[in-house]
Amino acid sequence: MTSAAPATPRAAWAEGAPPFEFLRQSLAVAAAELRKVGRDPTELFTRAVQPALWLVVFGQVFSRVRAIPTGSLSYVEFLAPGILAQSVLFAAIFFGIAVIWERDLGVIHKLLVSPAYRGALVMGKAISAGVRGLVQGIIVYALAFALGVRLRLDPGALVGVAFSVMLGSALFATFSLVVACLVKTRERFMGIGQVLTMPLFFASNAIYPLDMMPHWLQLVARANPLSYVVDLLRSLMIAGGHSTLGLGLDFGVQILGLVLLLLVASKLYPGLAR
Amino acid sequence: MHPPTPDTAVISTHGLTRRYDDLLAVDRLELTVPPEIIFGLLGPNGAGKSTTIKMLTTLLPPSAGSARVAGFDIVAEPRQVRRRIGYVPQLVSADGTLTARENLRLSARLYGIPRREQSSRIAAGLEFMGLSSSGDQLVKTFSGGMIRRLELAQAMLHEPAVLFLDEPTIGLDPIARRAVWDRLTELRRRAGTTILITTHDMEEAEVLCDELALMHRGVIAARGTPAVLKSSVGPDATLEDVFAQVAGGSLEAGGTFRDVRRTRDAARRLG
Repeated sequence: MTSAAPATPRAAWAEGAPPFEFLRQSLAVAAAELRKVGRDPTELFTRAVQPALWLVVFGQVFSRVRAIPTGSLSYVEFLAPGILAQSVLFAAIFFGIAVIWERDLGVIHKLLVSPAYRGALVMGKAISAGVRGLVQGIIVYALAFALGVRLRLDPGALVGVAFSVMLGSALFATFSLVVACLVKTRERFMGIGQVLTMPLFFASNAIYPLDMMPHWLQLVARANPLSYVVDLLRSLMIAGGHSTLGLGLDFGVQILGLVLLLLVASKLYPGLAR
Repeated sequence: MHPPTPDTAVISTHGLTRRYDDLLAVDRLELTVPPEIIFGLLGPNGAGKSTTIKMLTTLLPPSAGSARVAGFDIVAEPRQVRRRIGYVPQLVSADGTLTARENLRLSARLYGIPRREQSSRIAAGLEFMGLSSSGDQLVKTFSGGMIRRLELAQAMLHEPAVLFLDEPTIGLDPIARRAVWDRLTELRRRAGTTILITTHDMEEAEVLCDELALMHRGVIAARGTPAVLKSSVGPDATLEDVFAQVAGGSLEAGGTFRDVRRTRDAARRLG
């Protein structure tokens, strides 16, 4: 035991250039978070239940109603990207609960006394949420394939879908982190999480097209970031699917939203240790 | 014992104050800590010990006053302070869903320890804390004493000049407590680390600390070595007697509902 005694304290470790340090620290946090994935095998199952219900039960029944104009797509084909976006949202929106848990322990205190950039700590969480979101993508692709949805399987489309799933997951997880930083307790967070998810889902183009909605709801849906995630996925995921809002706008809104939320979160995050 | 001058001191505060709404948690604190000692902030729950440590570790901005830690100002140069300190909070700071080695790896990366040195330092840290055989186990399977020792390994991985420990042995059984004290004494002896602990435990203050400051209602009521403090009251006096005389209260009393709940939470998680 004595052979491993530490040496005299040193001044401090050398630092690289700030952008490089920022990225390195973000990836360190993301790597630690991603180690946890797969340690709880029930998680995969619970993440698959909701999309399966929506696609298999809701999708099948509404295919017969034929009340929703979906152009050249079948209703299940129209629905599949919406359900992928929804499951990304539902998985990410409760991300903040882990942060509150870390605060109730002392994990956040340990992270915040380190010299890491506050932004990098938050960015690392967003990256890990993004990678976790890919699990949703795989689940929904498998379900959609089983239901005979004509999926786009060209590499460009797959990379595009993976990127948009990660972007959407990071966006909603960071939003969740901001909420967690504001409410600070588990009880209030769960309440707010539940209040937020359904309006975000129903006031979007996930299960019906924008032009079916009354005018006021269209305005709400266009302000809802989920609509842009859905729109992007609809054109990249489905053979014959197309974007109604424009891919540039879809990406632009999500990237801008993520950057703004990361800035807010990195300002609020240190407050959790006070 | 003469108080050290501010320029040789590793920690020095000047008028350091923290107010929470209507509560004055720390009141114009003047504190200097010389290098290479184990310094104890002793006081009951709610005396302002944890608030002081949170300000010194840059987690909490002071309402007024200033402090320098390891040569840097806590408000103006927080990153420079953070690079030179280690901190073990009262709560459980190791991540239970990661292994011991993964916890240490995260710290090594966040502190910028070069990649080629990370594994050897992690192994040395585990060995120093007697955790070599448990490095790949999930921390949630650890005993309270093992968690504390892992947290110490994590806080000293980057060889900080100052180590802050908030109630380091709360909730531990006597044997685990001894093991933690032993490691801290060894760390101070070998690496010359300055260690500041908070405690409300008289035995810990007496056995572990070279010097003490008795804290009561946000101010330092008395300061000195344990022996000098006791002899100032009487030949058979205990630190409890010293505290009763200088602060007119008991070490056991005090604290808000929140303080007590946090203390018990930490004790339960480590026990």
